[in-house]
Amino acid sequence: MKSKRLVAAVALAGLVAVCVAATAVGSTTKTVTISVASLIPGSTKAAVDQFNAQVTEFERANPSIKVKPVEYQWTGPTFAAKLAAGTLPTVFEVPFTDARTLGDNGQLADLTSLAKALPYFSKYNKAVLAEGTDSKGRIIALPKGAYAQALHYNRKLFTQAGLDPNKPPRTWAQVRAYARQIAQKTGKAGYVQMAKDDNTAGWILTTFVYSLGGRMEKGIGTKAVATLANPQTMTALNLLKQMRWTDNSMGANFDYGWSDINQAFAAGNVGMYVSGSDVYTNLVQASNIDPSLYGLAPIPLAKNKNAGVLGGGTEVAVKPTVNADAKAAAMKWIDFYYERPLVSKTRAVQNARTLAANKQPVGVPALPLFNKQQYDLANTWIAPYINVPLNQMKPFTTGIFDQRLIPEPEASTQSVYHSLDAVVEAVLTDRNADIQSLLQQANQQAQQAITGGS
Amino acid sequence: MNAISEVEVEGAALARRRHRVRLTPLRWFRGGGLSTFLFMLPLLLVFGAFSWYPIVRTGVMAFQHTNLVQAPAWVGWQNFSAVVHDPQTPIAVKNTAYFALLALVFGYPIPLAAAVLMSEVRKRRGLYSALAYLPVVIPPVVAVLLWKTFYDASSNGVFNTILGWIGLGPYPWLQSPHWAMPSLVLESTWANAGATVIIYLAALTGVNSELYEAAAVDGAGVWRKVWNVTLPQLRGVLLVTMILQIIGTAQVFLEPYLFTSGGPANATLTVLLQIYNYAFGNSLGGNYGKATALSLMLAGFLTVFSFIYLRATRSWSQE
Repeated sequence: MKSKRLVAAVALAGLVAVCVAATAVGSTTKTVTISVASLIPGSTKAAVDQFNAQVTEFERANPSIKVKPVEYQWTGPTFAAKLAAGTLPTVFEVPFTDARTLGDNGQLADLTSLAKALPYFSKYNKAVLAEGTDSKGRIIALPKGAYAQALHYNRKLFTQAGLDPNKPPRTWAQVRAYARQIAQKTGKAGYVQMAKDDNTAGWILTTFVYSLGGRMEKGIGTKAVATLANPQTMTALNLLKQMRWTDNSMGANFDYGWSDINQAFAAGNVGMYVSGSDVYTNLVQASNIDPSLYGLAPIPLAKNKNAGVLGGGTEVAVKPTVNADAKAAAMKWIDFYYERPLVSKTRAVQNARTLAANKQPVGVPALPLFNKQQYDLANTWIAPYINVPLNQMKPFTTGIFDQRLIPEPEASTQSVYHSLDAVVEAVLTDRNADIQSLLQQANQQAQQAITGGS
Repeated sequence: MNAISEVEVEGAALARRRHRVRLTPLRWFRGGGLSTFLFMLPLLLVFGAFSWYPIVRTGVMAFQHTNLVQAPAWVGWQNFSAVVHDPQTPIAVKNTAYFALLALVFGYPIPLAAAVLMSEVRKRRGLYSALAYLPVVIPPVVAVLLWKTFYDASSNGVFNTILGWIGLGPYPWLQSPHWAMPSLVLESTWANAGATVIIYLAALTGVNSELYEAAAVDGAGVWRKVWNVTLPQLRGVLLVTMILQIIGTAQVFLEPYLFTSGGPANATLTVLLQIYNYAFGNSLGGNYGKATALSLMLAGFLTVFSFIYLRATRSWSQE
């Protein structure tokens, strides 16, 4: 009796195993589902429709792949939590500064063979490609876009304050003077800076310091030396202090992060602020900005041979835990959505047409991922669809290619920024903040992070 | 000799009893053991998965270096040492103590006063209870966002506008290292007082009304009645709510996280926010070892503190 039951149980188990195996084999030839980062939460319906149209187009071209869009916004803390919990979508975005380390830590999928199979692979700008290559030479991310920091300004407030909106400030002294004039004449904040404890305060201060010729570290890796307390940082912080406490031209709120400052600017409450040159897309998608008020200028550079503009960018990566089919499908999506519109005329036009039809920005200034000629060529393809106020961006687009681009601090970037956050906050919220001693503390903290490799 | 034989006799009797009631699987099953176990199973699974397992993992991770993707490495007491030597730890501890102190001084007496007043009211007591409890019903994140607009530091902010009518302000609220923490305590008191008010109201119904009558006969006014009857009668509840409040405020996270992210200039960086920063502050994958080490240190401190508190107040809380 017992043996009969045993035989029946074994037979049943065998049958189940065969069925499971058959399903598994069947599934590889059937549909592969991947989740992909879509737009940031709070995006307009038009933007979402535009994204969904792209997904439909992709699925039509790749019937065996099902794409599940997931709202996504990279912020340091939420990214770390999702990374640890394994809840990131299959395809997601990370800043230039993080891709290499994440790759070295085994937290991104190895895309080398798939990337090298792309027909335009050899055309990538080597420096840009290096941002997504780990220390073993594996390609673990491909570039989505590159930006240079820029000065965004409100043309309407400029006019109201008696300033010429076609002549944005070219020096930091002018930034200060214009900010004071805007604050006095309009009652709005003349110049505002991200000053939140989420690494953005440090990011913008570093931009400021680069433009004066300073650097936040020397050397590479865990041997790098933190140089936060350099003379240029002192100058930058002192200027902020004067604008805040002497001129009172920075408004009343000093805890803006990346999204909040965009919203405040789009709402017309900010005269000038510093952020990436490609931020106009977000201003439209998430904050419905009135295009007529927008102005874009390069960051004022000091007369110092080391002065330059901080540049960065975003990489696209794939979750390391996915199987080969999902990884191949993910690469097809990366090729279709991120890369192809920059190199293929058909895709570029198709993409621009869909964007324009849904009233999404086409032609936002960015930096070339391949080379300047390819960038200019791609812009001629989409010229009929460009709907951003290019004339108002001219000060930037004509000036940026003459500026020296400097990458973000290489070692422990986010930790270096984080240690500067508290210094910026202190300067803007405490009239008696001791800049020298705050910077010494921040430097010590940054050095600990660099040495510890965190 | 007698004593030894008595012990022996008692031991033998105990052994016989044990023998008589020895638990066999069948006896356990017949005695309803299985159904008891089945009823307990969901509880065991839920607690096991969401409480005990994380606690055990915390204890393990505190001695490891891990990014939750690669294999963890054992590092001994290194995480604890790193936390102790972190220059931000004393700041976080000081801020947490400051928050707890402010909450105790301002937040603790308010629910008690409200409950005593409400118990004195003859009409519409239910309405007042509902109004007092209403903030507890509002989702905390919504409440914080609401208060963020109240605290807007410009002269157009809600509080600044109201204070402006009487010629005060504008005040910087969350934008000043000196004002930020009291601002958080104010919102926290508003948000949490309702739950404590309900506890006090329930406890007040248990106070024998004859005591008040006796006090009235002796010529006591309202204040004397509260001081000599209400408070002594409530002391057991008061001591429990106080320790719960201290434990709660030592773990304050929501307000500093949502209002200020620990700023300005670390003025509202609390211990729990520091734990969060260790774990998630760095986008490259946090230092979970340091985060769990600090968590264990906080849990250890609160355990010792609670033990001492309960021992010290044991005689007070007894009738």
